[in-house]
Amino acid sequence: MTAKENSSRNDKALNAIDSIPRNESGPIFNEPWEAEAFAMTLALYEKGLFTWPEWAAVLSEEINRAQATGDPDLGDTYYRHWLSALERIVIKQGVTNAEHLGQLYDDWNHAAHTTPHGEPIVLSRDKSD
Amino acid sequence: MSEDHDHHHHHDHSHLDDTALRVRSLETVLTEKGYIDPEALNRLIDTYENQVGPKNGAAVVARAWVDEEYRQWLLKDATAAIASLDFSGRQGEHMVVVENTPQEHNMVVCTLCSCYPWPVLGLPPSWYKSAPYRSRVVIDPSSVLAEFNVTLPEGTRITVWDSTAEVRYLVLPMRPAGTDQLSGAKLAELVTRDSMIGTGLPLSPAALGKDDSHKNRSSTNAPNSQP
Repeated sequence: MTAKENSSRNDKALNAIDSIPRNESGPIFNEPWEAEAFAMTLALYEKGLFTWPEWAAVLSEEINRAQATGDPDLGDTYYRHWLSALERIVIKQGVTNAEHLGQLYDDWNHAAHTTPHGEPIVLSRDKSD
Repeated sequence: MSEDHDHHHHHDHSHLDDTALRVRSLETVLTEKGYIDPEALNRLIDTYENQVGPKNGAAVVARAWVDEEYRQWLLKDATAAIASLDFSGRQGEHMVVVENTPQEHNMVVCTLCSCYPWPVLGLPPSWYKSAPYRSRVVIDPSSVLAEFNVTLPEGTRITVWDSTAEVRYLVLPMRPAGTDQLSGAKLAELVTRDSMIGTGLPLSPAALGKDDSHKNRSSTNAPNSQP
């Protein structure tokens, strides 16, 4: 995958989703996990899991919901809404369900807590199934 | 949570915050179901590296090379010295700068996940997040260095620093020889991302002005990151 191909993929996402924070050279991320969430979304779009208008609808619902519950929406919480939208659309399209996602969350949390500091956190195979 | 409390808090186990757990859970299920390929995802994320970029860190290092007072401040209180250049994280991570000397070479890792001084270095490269780097750098740092084509003079001590959610490390590399005449901005161009993680050394002045291929050298020469 060349940088050029990646940037044209970005352009498609940027054209479709007006609200993505960006500068002249592409999307801007404040923290690494934001880029991970963005990249996962791009990959799922390319797998045909949803169209950009479908994504935009779920994302704007999440943003509206957060605003309704008092989020000042200054831009710094944008990718939190993005992450919530990603969880929802993945469940809505039947890739997984909330229970399984919750189970993985608990498994990772458990793995982190039982890993002595200084060792890599890994999810053991038998736990994730 | 008060800052004081954060800095003295001692963890004997690891911790991932809510957002990190949610991102990991999604990644796990999407990988299991074949929707994403972690390697392809990493390559995509790598293209954003220059967006945030290690330029902030390079500016910090170059400043320390030309300004002795700043250097001492940086080694004593990196959080404040870096914040004075307006490069602080939004969560107020505690920064520690470790200095390379002819006797000692420093390397940074996050053995448990991928804690990284992103306000100064941007997004972590995929090899930094890989399990092989995280586990091997602690056990056998010199062979990891060899894979990055770094050979240190015989007898150099290697110290590996393990980042946590609370403390992030930045390596202050040694100023290359023959750079007395260079300005701060030119010096900053010599400071590679890898030289601030400790998996590389700064460029020599002769390398300046050549093509840009050196910038990505380490990404392609990463240590064996296959599972």
